[in-house]
Amino acid sequence: MPLLEAAGISKVFGKLTALDGAALTVGEREFHGLIGPNGSGKSTLMKCLAGALVPTRGKVTFINTDVTSLTPSERARAGMSLKFQITAVLPTLTLYDNILLALQARSSLLELAFSRTRGRLHEEVMTMLLQFRLADRAFDAAATLSHGQQQWLEIAMALACRPRLLLLDEPTGGMSLEERRVTGELLQPVKQHCSIVIVEHDLDFIRDICDRLTVLDQGKVLASGTVAEIQANRSVQEIYLRRA
Amino acid sequence: MSSTGTGIQPPPRVIEAARSPLMASAFAGRTKVLPILELALLIAASIAPLVLRDYITVYATRVLILCLFALSFDLVWGYAGILSLGQSLFFGMAGYGVALLSRDFGVGSIFAVLPAGTLIGFVAALLLAGFLLLGRHPSSVVFVSLGTMTGAYAADRLARGSHYLGGQNGIPSIQPMTIGSHELSEGPGFYYLVLAILVLIYLLSRFLLRSQFGLALAGLRENEQRIAFLGYKVQHLKAIIFAISGAIAGTAGSLYAFHEGFVWTNMLGVVMSTQVVLYVLFGGSGTLIGAVIGTAIVEGLSFWLSDNYRDIWPIILGVLLLLVILFRPLGLISLVLGERERVGHFGPSLKEKRNAAP
Repeated sequence: MPLLEAAGISKVFGKLTALDGAALTVGEREFHGLIGPNGSGKSTLMKCLAGALVPTRGKVTFINTDVTSLTPSERARAGMSLKFQITAVLPTLTLYDNILLALQARSSLLELAFSRTRGRLHEEVMTMLLQFRLADRAFDAAATLSHGQQQWLEIAMALACRPRLLLLDEPTGGMSLEERRVTGELLQPVKQHCSIVIVEHDLDFIRDICDRLTVLDQGKVLASGTVAEIQANRSVQEIYLRRA
Repeated sequence: MSSTGTGIQPPPRVIEAARSPLMASAFAGRTKVLPILELALLIAASIAPLVLRDYITVYATRVLILCLFALSFDLVWGYAGILSLGQSLFFGMAGYGVALLSRDFGVGSIFAVLPAGTLIGFVAALLLAGFLLLGRHPSSVVFVSLGTMTGAYAADRLARGSHYLGGQNGIPSIQPMTIGSHELSEGPGFYYLVLAILVLIYLLSRFLLRSQFGLALAGLRENEQRIAFLGYKVQHLKAIIFAISGAIAGTAGSLYAFHEGFVWTNMLGVVMSTQVVLYVLFGGSGTLIGAVIGTAIVEGLSFWLSDNYRDIWPIILGVLLLLVILFRPLGLISLVLGERERVGHFGPSLKEKRNAAP
């Protein structure tokens, strides 16, 4: 049984059909890349998976449960976590507090009010910050980070919710080559306990990190398979050649 | 970095690094302005009736009640980012509620009327939150601010038209509040009662806002969508803080009714709501002490100006308010308080960390 199964997803905005029966299947501990030309519906599909949008038609199943109409918060509690395309760290809070906030997302209101979890989580917060090479900035405001570092902080926050599935919308957008390489390294250990769906323009990055790929074109799935299969696929080559 | 996953079982050297002196130094060695300011104000407020003339003490009591009211607005706007322009609704409803209790049932005991006023504020805010804040999609700031403002406006009009509520004149000559057989009339006694209640509610709010609940509110204020995607029940958080704020406004409203001895429609309406917004903007939203300072200064200035510049004082006050909002958008408090201390830390204190370390 796959971890996530989206079938027949359509999304219509007025006269624009952004998605037209797209499908996606992600197994346990699988890194799945979602690629395609601009406007092919990658981000829309991602939003339908995360709950930011409700699809016009179709069904999303996550860990054997139909989550199509659940709110983002409910999906997060079920084990789905999203990193936004535009970085959305909490700018005036410290890095430490950003992570702390993410770690306590499922605490009850009473636990929060009496801060029962605060002392206990200290080492976990520091471990995450160290892992993402941000520990020396722990008590600076998140707004003072560079763009690449903010992306890492966001990934760290998304992982702090201990998701089964992480949805990454353009994790390396605006990063330098070196930062991209490090991002790849940072994501590798996640595979032990979590699947990832990545939307990304950087095909080298996708090739290095992903197990399987799904190619979207004009709201439809053009091809889906292992990285090698997709690389050999003629119609995929065509749409990328057409762009070039 | 080694493969530690989300860090459920970190390797020893990671833990070692987390305890490095760097981390300890980040907590220690900060000068704290806030506690000093709070203590200084408390001392000043405690001795004020001893040095002030009686009629000024009466005025100061009213200011303290308004401080409590400003605190309630600061909680929703300064901490949770909910722009409630109808805060007077809870203030006024509680005021009218206790006035009716006094007029129709002869109830004046402080142990009955204050809880009643608080409850009225709480329930009214919870009901309004149900309409304005709960729903599948997060409601926009404009929707909430117009919704609350309309509520206040409608209540004002209804009270004006209602014979039962005394129409334009409101409900006059409310009997004094009683503690046991002692009647509490305006003066130092009432002043210290209000001061004690203000300090108590201030400390409770401070505790709540510095807890992890406060961290969740900070997240709510900064990026509501982000924390919803982390799994926070954003609508619940909003409804709860809105209701708590309504309860505090209710406490303030019932104190106000008994202190003034009458209630009238302005207490419910838009004038009162905007006044409280000014207090908080002037002092500095997002700090509890800012709301208190803002109220005290605006009211103190109006008192002094209206005495000395009888004809043009509202203009002078207006210009002063504008200047502060133009040049100090974070309020007067930002003159003495840095950004870091204003926003605060939510990590463990040094004591808690020592306990957490095995």
